Amino acid sequence: MKLISPGALSRFGMLGINARNLDFIGRYNQREQYPLVDNKLKTKMIAQEHQLAVPALRFSLTQQHDVEATIQQLDTMSGFAMKPAKGSGGRGIWVITDRRDGKFVKSSGIVVDHDDLRRHMSNTLAGLYSLGGGADSVIIEDLIQLDPRFDGLSVEGIPDIRVIVFKGYPVMAMLRLATHQSDGKANLHQGAVGVGLTLEEGHYANAVQNGHPIQEHPDTQKPLNQIAIPEWPTILYLAAQCFEVTGLGYLGTDIVIDRDRGPVLLELNARPGLAIQLANNCGLLPRLRHIEGLRETPRRDAADRVHYSIEKLSKL
Amino acid sequence: MNRNATLWFIVAILVAAGIGTALLRHDATQLPWLPGENESIWLVEARVDFYATGGPVTASLSIPETAPGFSIFNEQAASAGYGFAIVTDANDRRGEWTRREASGAQSLYFSASFLPGNAKEDSKRGQLPIPAPEPVFWDAAQVTAATELIEAARSTSSNDYSFAREINERVATPTQNAALLLAKSDSPVDLMRKLLTDAALPTRDVMGLPLEDARRRQSLVPLLEFHDGEQWRLVDPGKGVIDTPENLLLWHRSGRSVLDVIGGQNSRLSFSIIRQSVAPVELLEARTKNSLFAQLGVHRLPIEEQSMFKLLLLLPLGATVVVFFRVLIGLQTTGTFMPVLIALVFLQTELVPGLISFVSVVLLGLLMRGYLSQLNLLLVARLAALIVLVIFVISALSVIGYQLGFSTGMVITFFPMIIIAWTIERLSILWEEEGPRDVLIQGSGTLMVAVVAYLLMDSTVIQHLSFNFPELNFVLLACILAMGQYTGYKLFELHRFAPLRNLGHK
Repeated sequence: MKLISPGALSRFGMLGINARNLDFIGRYNQREQYPLVDNKLKTKMIAQEHQLAVPALRFSLTQQHDVEATIQQLDTMSGFAMKPAKGSGGRGIWVITDRRDGKFVKSSGIVVDHDDLRRHMSNTLAGLYSLGGGADSVIIEDLIQLDPRFDGLSVEGIPDIRVIVFKGYPVMAMLRLATHQSDGKANLHQGAVGVGLTLEEGHYANAVQNGHPIQEHPDTQKPLNQIAIPEWPTILYLAAQCFEVTGLGYLGTDIVIDRDRGPVLLELNARPGLAIQLANNCGLLPRLRHIEGLRETPRRDAADRVHYSIEKLSKL
Repeated sequence: MNRNATLWFIVAILVAAGIGTALLRHDATQLPWLPGENESIWLVEARVDFYATGGPVTASLSIPETAPGFSIFNEQAASAGYGFAIVTDANDRRGEWTRREASGAQSLYFSASFLPGNAKEDSKRGQLPIPAPEPVFWDAAQVTAATELIEAARSTSSNDYSFAREINERVATPTQNAALLLAKSDSPVDLMRKLLTDAALPTRDVMGLPLEDARRRQSLVPLLEFHDGEQWRLVDPGKGVIDTPENLLLWHRSGRSVLDVIGGQNSRLSFSIIRQSVAPVELLEARTKNSLFAQLGVHRLPIEEQSMFKLLLLLPLGATVVVFFRVLIGLQTTGTFMPVLIALVFLQTELVPGLISFVSVVLLGLLMRGYLSQLNLLLVARLAALIVLVIFVISALSVIGYQLGFSTGMVITFFPMIIIAWTIERLSILWEEEGPRDVLIQGSGTLMVAVVAYLLMDSTVIQHLSFNFPELNFVLLACILAMGQYTGYKLFELHRFAPLRNLGHK
């Protein structure tokens, strides 16, 4: 087993789980604000109130007897995404991209029928995917259309951009690419590819899969070092605004780029993981400490904070 | 920093309070720091049954004052309606039950504990005048045989001790002479006594109790003692001269009868014997001392609640182990304190049988859960069905284990059913979503923490300290608080972030 010395990690500015929990999540995130981000339905509502772009909600259901009516409605749609409102880590998300012989085709290519959908919805309602197993609700929203500029970069799923926002300042970002191994999900610990992005331009900085550096997408062999995210300032601005929306000091924002609508906020996370440091080959601590030491008078608005991050943080 | 200062202050206070109280307790009660070797004592209960005829009753039972190879303590008599006293005279010690009127079947009990090893020499009765041997009368046919036997034994021995040994050998493996004599005697003991007395050795009849664990309705065995000029020696025909009796308690050594009952008939004496493992005597004494600490100790509670506290006071250690592994090492476990519960079960089942039964129940449960998920059930119903099936599995394993002769089959029933069902459900969801690798990681993490917690909790030193010095748990609490503010890297993170090293230098 290969080990790195704690001293080297510390010089590198790596943030560990214990320090994240105590010094950042524990200190800057208030518990009463967690439900806002742990429940996707609430996140969506409050984001819409603040005029942030989110995928359009088609249906939401909380009761078992709503399932039948919803199934009939779904029969008229060609594609949609079905999610548990309180799910975490991409669990329980079904993305239907197509119809075949009246059945539904998932993004992974698997065909499911009405019974499968019905069962999946009642499992979700019973809390199979929710944190702690409590009752849950199902939300069904419009499909995100893949931006052609990401062709060949993500398999069986849409790539999304994770931006860590600390006290409203974007501090680090990565692009997450689904792979066959990750089963179309964008979670790094399930085998998705993490591409670290430079804060000033949103260009490739480094890439890892399963914690190890890679050069090209493992399924499509497309080189990763050409990646440049379009509409980068808009994405950072969208991420920075989430601070005002939720009041959470240490926040992970997941943003996707829709072919037609541009950057759209997918979900928020009050306990964002640490793999982003591996993807960027860079520790979070120097940037977090820099922001912690800032004296903010007067308070900067989101646009100013994005500007500051691009100017200062990327040099750290 | 202020928050940290307060916390460290609390930690320091807890450590000082815990260790300080333990020191004070040690000082006041002389409770030893280490458990010492457990000793086994024999609990012997004598039961006197008789049929009272309606008048006043006096039952008098000979009880040992000292028994060679044992020390006696904790004598008790229990019999409703009777007065009890221990009467000691010059050559006898007797327990006397008395009652003015009694009729019908009566049962009287006397119990005492015997601790092996602390042999005290027979002080009082050792100095009793040694009875002069009375003349023995053989009938005509026996005289020659007896004389020849005694002469033969005398010629192959050098003193009274070896003479008795020679006699015993001849009685145990009868020659022609001895066989003739045995046929005319009541028992080998009877013959031994006659022969030794005829050779002018002082003898006396004694009654011994063979000690075997968990025996009921035992009777006394007649034995013989002779005096070799220096001290009384015990002879057990067949076994020879016994210097220090082992697992043999000399109940009755001198005086009149073993049992006298006046005012009753059909009297009968029987014994029950149990061997118990107990803490050393100093420990028992320290616990019963009359200090403030002893008053406030857990030992004043009834035995049943004490054993519960014994387990309860071990829990803080298990919790500390979990904190250590999760915060400092970074092991993943199924459910936060599940490992402690499993460790508690291992304490009851022993490690290996516990591990085997736990793993097999969870594996079988996972198989059944796989089938249940195809049945298309609601979550709550599926969990409930799983609980029922887990109970079936455990019952089946117990029955099969019992039939195969493994008593370990029975211990699985200690496992908390609901927790097992939840574990199976969570592991199977983990399997579906993350794959078998994560199940293996979490499962082995859980078992590893459980085993470490078990090994610590199973140590006699730690059990002794946590039970006798419960205040030491404050020190554990201090450890938990201290670990709770650790913001450094976990051991597993050093591995997880290891790929950074090479990249860091490019």
